[in-house]
Order: sequence, then structure tokens, then C-alpha cells
Amino acid sequence: MKLTVWTYEGPPHVGAMRVATGMTGLHYVLHAPQGDTYADLLFTMIERRNHRPPVTYTTFQARDLGADTANLFKSAAQDAYDRFKPEAIIVGASCTAELIQDDPGGMAETMGLPVPVIPLELPSYQRKENFGADETFFQIVKALAKPVERTKQITANLIGPTALGFRHRDDIQEITALLSDMGISVNVVAPMTSSPSDIARMGAAHFNVLMYPETAESAARWLEREFDQPYTKIVPIGVGATRDFVAEVAQLTGVDPYMDESRLRLPWYSKSVDSTYLTGKRVFLFGDGTHVLAAARVASDEMGFEVVGIGCYNREMARPVRAKAREMGLEATITDDYLEVERVIEALQPEMILGTQMERHIGKRLGIPCAVISAPVHVQDFPARYSPQMGIEGANVLFDTWVHPLVMGLEEHLLHMFRDDFEFHDAAGPSHHGGHAPAASADGGSAPRPTDSPRDLSGTENKSGQVIWLDAAERELKKIPFFVRGKARRNTESFAVERGVGEISVDTLYEAKAHFAR
Amino acid sequence: MTELPRLPSSGGCRETPILKQRGQREVFCGLTGIIWLHRKMQDAFFLVVGSRTCAHLLQSAAGVMIFAEPRFGTAILEETDLAGLADAQDELDKVVDELLSRRPDIKQLFLVGSCPSEVIKLDLSKAAERMTQRHAPSVRVLNFSGSGIETTFTQGEDACLASMVPVLPQDDQRQLMLVGALPDVVEEQAIGMLEAMGIGPIKVLPAPRADGDMGVGKGTVYALTQPFLGDTHDALTRRGARHLPAPFPFGEEGTTQWLAAIATEFGVAPELFEQVTAAPRARARKAIAQAAETLKGKSIFFFPDSQLEIPLARFLTRECGMQAIEVSAPFIHKGIVGSDLDLLAEGPTISEGQDVDLQLDRAREARPDLTVCGLGLANPLEAEGLATKWAIELVFTPVHFYEQAGDLAGLFSRPMRRADLLKLEAAE
Repeated sequence: MKLTVWTYEGPPHVGAMRVATGMTGLHYVLHAPQGDTYADLLFTMIERRNHRPPVTYTTFQARDLGADTANLFKSAAQDAYDRFKPEAIIVGASCTAELIQDDPGGMAETMGLPVPVIPLELPSYQRKENFGADETFFQIVKALAKPVERTKQITANLIGPTALGFRHRDDIQEITALLSDMGISVNVVAPMTSSPSDIARMGAAHFNVLMYPETAESAARWLEREFDQPYTKIVPIGVGATRDFVAEVAQLTGVDPYMDESRLRLPWYSKSVDSTYLTGKRVFLFGDGTHVLAAARVASDEMGFEVVGIGCYNREMARPVRAKAREMGLEATITDDYLEVERVIEALQPEMILGTQMERHIGKRLGIPCAVISAPVHVQDFPARYSPQMGIEGANVLFDTWVHPLVMGLEEHLLHMFRDDFEFHDAAGPSHHGGHAPAASADGGSAPRPTDSPRDLSGTENKSGQVIWLDAAERELKKIPFFVRGKARRNTESFAVERGVGEISVDTLYEAKAHFAR
Repeated sequence: MTELPRLPSSGGCRETPILKQRGQREVFCGLTGIIWLHRKMQDAFFLVVGSRTCAHLLQSAAGVMIFAEPRFGTAILEETDLAGLADAQDELDKVVDELLSRRPDIKQLFLVGSCPSEVIKLDLSKAAERMTQRHAPSVRVLNFSGSGIETTFTQGEDACLASMVPVLPQDDQRQLMLVGALPDVVEEQAIGMLEAMGIGPIKVLPAPRADGDMGVGKGTVYALTQPFLGDTHDALTRRGARHLPAPFPFGEEGTTQWLAAIATEFGVAPELFEQVTAAPRARARKAIAQAAETLKGKSIFFFPDSQLEIPLARFLTRECGMQAIEVSAPFIHKGIVGSDLDLLAEGPTISEGQDVDLQLDRAREARPDLTVCGLGLANPLEAEGLATKWAIELVFTPVHFYEQAGDLAGLFSRPMRRADLLKLEAAE
């Protein structure tokens, strides 16, 4: 039994829903109690989908448990087929139905439905959402993909994008364009946008682009083994990775590497003098393994940040993330415990977080700017505008998104120079965030939330209770700009504690500043 | 007291046959109630004993992720817990010890049952008894079920409040109890008016803190502020308290009738009642009239969701001039919504429970001007050209009593006004 406050991943059947909802012509019959239908709103509200997910739930209740939940499943499956006439059906159980052991897969197979029925075994008490998506897509591919002739032209399948994916919609477009520039067309994009009959002709492609290992690595491996289709190992997020991806595709296919750089702005933006202030910004990275690994490279090589910590919530990616951490001289944080991530961030005191919506809230509380690089998603992660993470435009988007929450270069100096200006009061926040209510800032502005916080659960001790700030030092501290004040306070306090100093004077403050000078 | 409500000449809906269909029910489970209950009861913690799905639901249920300080969490059952039940009880003790040592401010702990904990028959009442003894007197541990196999959406609040009734101290003094979790501002308005009529003492269940002077007994009369509190109603009746049936306090008419039922019980003079209610009634009428301009003559279709559907249909048809096509609720408890059914003019289909696909067919056929439904259905119906109002907002927003009557009508008129406002086509 594990106490959980917030979760990074949903249960595995939500992963299966992400696959089914991304596809067309597929229906998911889910043996699940009343209430599990909440998952529909993830797609209709967060992603703003204009159709209900193609899922029929049996919605059994307590009174059905004594009677016949098996028949309830059968009639739900039959009704779903009759109403929606899908090309194929996937069937499975949610956590509660798993306990009553009705075997929906076995039952559906005996019903004689005139379309392929694919049973899913998703162990709800061991695995999570990404596993559910990966396993579901793998089972669909295994059941439906047939040996077919290769296309005459060189083609690729783009695999991994799902409903409710972080910028999957736009990444598909970007990668399609990137390949098109090399003269390679796309055979099937799956699971998102494909139908069961599209899956059947996946074998026609010459190779697979594995966009998101989280959701399609099992399928990629199977296709490699069964259909001799190699798959790409590089995820093209960032300038360097996109160049490497182009080289990898060229090597796999024998076509000349080509990349149209006319729209690529990140390298120049990063070199331009205004970006000098980005130098050595201490960043902490957290999210799914794929996005964190890509972000680590972009942060250090393309933005000139100093990566002070990395981690991921999906254990499936623990190995590569640990390896990357070692390479950077760090220890990886592999956990799905939100409170542990918060403790790590609190201890590292980064100047910026590149994380998920969860870290955005940690950042808000600790007064650390945060940009979102990974799922779990929020309604804000489905912008109306084109906003990929991958490829050339993706690199441009990363630059803008990561710089946006920071106080801009000259503004930082002005704040230092005119720290007593009444408009530079603590709550003002970066000027480009608009308004003067940073608590409501959509991008996790600079103001920590004043009171109640999830930290109360974590049991961390309040270290500031151990030392006393003398009035003069407290006044001096207030002269330091608000966006570094929290760090200055904590540094000074830990400096004092280390030295057994019980009272912090102005001198202690500046001794600590000198000590931590970098 | 005040003029009697004008009953529909064609007769009300109390005896209308109820359409009952079995099929997929597109509803939340009772765990959802924790989202508002944990804000209302400031020294309580809600520990769901369940699965990752439960934790994910709580995180997603408010439409988008909410990140206030959580006074709720999920003890997620793992493979090892499912193997042997003795383990699960020990594990639960460990989780609770850990939680309470970190949160000394917690005075009431609710162990909340879920679908998986019900199916494996994890005895949470036994656990709650054991823990109450262990942590007495600083913490009281109670349990209720918010599982989807037993509860629908707002029934979670009912189950929670019902679990509190048996442990209330015996108190036979003459008192009024208001039952239901309301936003503080609304609750204070109600108490203010009742006190102005000289009614007291007034208690509210749930109280914001556990250490109040709340008791119940033969002298207690109670009024429900929410129509989904059937089990709490029964639990209070068992303690000797007496229910004051009335229409629910939505809109000017509902609020007046609700207050009148209490005032009659306490023998308030008609002049005093008039004096206290005249000004807010006039304000409510005026505010409703503005929203009603948009709503008048428009048709409305309710999918089952919060159990507020019948009282709201009564309000919207009688005070805003709307036409109800179908009014459905997850459950219909005539002892509680009977007074509202009496006032709702015959005509609409009254349905209980749901087969969502068949009900969607009916809605598409009827093409109502406004459809009230859950979050899973709202955008798909909008995409089909049907204006919708998501029902969950009705339990998150202050909508009770006179001063909020205009806001309540506004919740329904806004989607329709918006549909009229948007001009997204080319000018010619």
C-alpha cells in the first residue's frame, strides 16, 4: 500500500484509451465499474476532443456483482458492435474488473463477433499508463499487421503518437515535413490517425520512426523482428538531435541527409547577446524519460544552461536516464512520488525547472520559474497554435518556451539597479507576464504561494526555525531582487547552520554570498 | 406564512411514470465529493483506500488538475495487498500512522472505500474502530464508501455525512439543523435570515471543525440544503430528528418555500417573515428576470449527474420560463424531491439511471436549446451543435438562496448567450 497525493501516470487502461481514442474505426469495450467513465473527460475536456472516446464501459454496480457481470459484459460488447460497427475491437478490464476475474478477453472471443477482437492483459496493480499504451499498441499491431509488399518509394511509419500526448498532434506534422524534405513519404502514422486497416498495411513501410519510446517501443521491436523494419533510435527534439535524426534516417535508407534550415532560429537566438544571461542558469529536469533525455542535451548544449539534476517518473526509462545522469556527473531521480521530486528540487535550489505540470506547481510554491516539457498534460498543453517539440520548429518552440518564464536579460539588471522602485516590488513579477497578480500567472510566474502547500505532507522540517535573522540582515535581504531572494535566504541559512551561527547579521549574509559565489 | 405556491393546473410530476433504462452510466463515482468536502471540513483528511484509478480520478475530476493543498490522498493497493487481507489492515495502519504523525492538525480522518476495496471486502469500519481507539482523543476515524459500485457522484457526500451522524453526541434540545455542504458565504446568508426570524440554535452538518458543539436528538428538526442526502436523512431520522420537507432553496420561489417550511415549524409570525425576506426576494426576482430573458421559451434536457436535476428543472421551468424535455437523475428519492416534483408541471420525461447511448439518441432527436450533462459529453454535444451546461459546475458554485438565484439562472443563460455572440463565419 502506497500513499499517493498526485500521480504522474494514470492506470494502464487509460493508456489503452489513449491508443483507442487516437485511432479511428477501433472500439474499446472496457469491463469497469460505474465511475470509471471519468476518463472520458480527459479527452473531451483536457484535449478538447469533439467526440466521445470510442469506449463502452460495462459500468457494473454492487447489485450486479452477486448476479452476472459476465453477461453484462457480453451484452455491452454486442451493443457496442451493433451501434458503432468498428473494424476491430479491443477488450479489457479496469482495476476493479480485474479483481472479479470475468476474463473479458476470453468471453469476447467466444461471441463470434465478425471483426477481430483483441484481448488486453493490463495488470492494474503493477503497471501504469505508459505501459498500458505501449502494450495495447503492440497487441493491436501484432494482431492486425500483415506481411505486405514494400512501397516502391521509400516510406516510413511514424509510431508512438496517441491521444492526450504531449504535443503529439504537432510533432506528427513536423516529422512528416522533415522526412518529406528528404524525399521520404509517410506510410502510416499510428496509433494516432490510423484505422485497423491502416495498421494492416504498416509492413509496406521501409522503416519506422519511433517518435515516443514510451508508447511504441514494443511495437517497434516486433515490427523489426517480424517485418525486418528497422526503427530510429534518436528522438529529434532539439537542434543537435534533429541533425542526428536526419543522419540516422539517411543511414537507414541510403538517401542523402538533407535538412532545410531556413526556418531554424534556435542557434542564432542562443548566440545572440541577449542570451548571455542564460549562461550557466541552473536547471532541474523532470518528466517522462524521452523528453527529459532530449531536454538535457538541449539545455546544456544549445541553451548553455547548467543541468543540476535530472529524473523521470517512468521506471521503464530509468536505465537511459541514469546513464545520462552519470555522464553529466549527477544522480538521477527516478520516482513517481511527487513529494520526493519536490524535496529534491527544494534541496537543489535550481534557478529554473523544466518539468511537468506537477513541477510547475512545485515551482510556483518555491518561487522558481518553470517551463513544461512533458506529460502529464493539462489543458494548457493543447495550445490552439502550432507548437511542436520535435524538428526545426520544435527547437524554436523550445527556445521560446524555456526563456519565457525567466526574467529577461536587461530587465534583470534594471531590477538590480532600481531595486527600490515602487513598481519593482516583490509581487510585480516579470513584466512580460502581464498584470500584477503573479499568483494567477499562467506560466508559473515568480511568486511563491503564500500559505498552504502540499509540503505539509512531506514532513520536511522548517530549517529557518534554527537560525534567527537580525533586523538589519532582514532589511538587507529585502534589497535583493525577489527572484533570487529565496535562494539567498536559503543559502545564508544553510551557511549559518553549517557554521553553527545562531544569528544572521548583515556580515553573515555577505559572507554566505561570497561563499556561494560562482 | 406566505402565499402558497401556485401548483401546476395540469398536475405535477410526482405520479409521472419514471423511465428506467439499464446500460452504460456516464457518471462520476462518489469519490468525487471529496473535492469539495475536504475544503469544507478544515480539520478532516480523506484517505481513499483504492487503486491508481481512484487517485487519477481525484486529480482529474475538477475538470483540470487542481493543486490546492490536498487534505486527501490515496492509499494505493498493490499486488502484495491483494494477496492477503491481514496484510492490508496492517499496511493501512502504517499509512495512517505516517499520515497522522505528519499532520497533527488532522482531527477527523475518513477512510474512504473504493471499488477495489469493496470487491476484496477490506473491512474499513473495523479499521476505523481500531484506529479511533488508537488515536483517541486527538483524532476521530470514520469510514464511508465512495465506490462507483455503490455511489454516484454526489452520493459520496451523502455517505460521508451519514457516517458522521451515529457518532454525534445525544442532544435533545430544540434546535434546527441545516444539512449539506455549502460554500461559507451561502451558508451564512441562510443562517442570517433564519436568525433574523428568531430561529435558533442553528447547527450545520458538516461543521467546519470537529470540535464544535454539534449534537442531535428528539428536539432536532432538520432541513436538507441538497437533494442528494437520502442516507443522511435516514440516519438523522434514526437519531430521533425530524425532517422538514420542502422544495430545495434554488431560485426565489424555492428559497421562499424552503424558509417558509422552517418558519412555520418555529412559529414565526407572517409579518416578521415578510420583513426578513421581502428585500432579498425582490432582488432575486430582479436578477432572475435578467437571465430569464435569454431562457424564456427555450427547451432544456437534463442528463443524470448531480441529483440536483429535479429541483433545477422546477426552478428553470417555473421562474425562467423554460420548457423541460427530459429530466433525469441518477436516483429519485420522492421523500426528498417530492415537493419539487409536485411543482414541476407535467410534460417532461422523468427518467432515473441511464443507458447513455439511448439517452443521447433522444437528445439528438429532441435537439434541446440547452443540454445539462457531464464533462465527458459536453464538448461532443457542442460539436454536434447543441449548447450545453456542464453539471459539475452546479455543485462547485454558490447557487443556493436568494442572493445567488440570479447567478444560478446565469449559469444556464451564459452558454446560450455565448452561442448567440460568437460570429465565426465570414461576414458575407
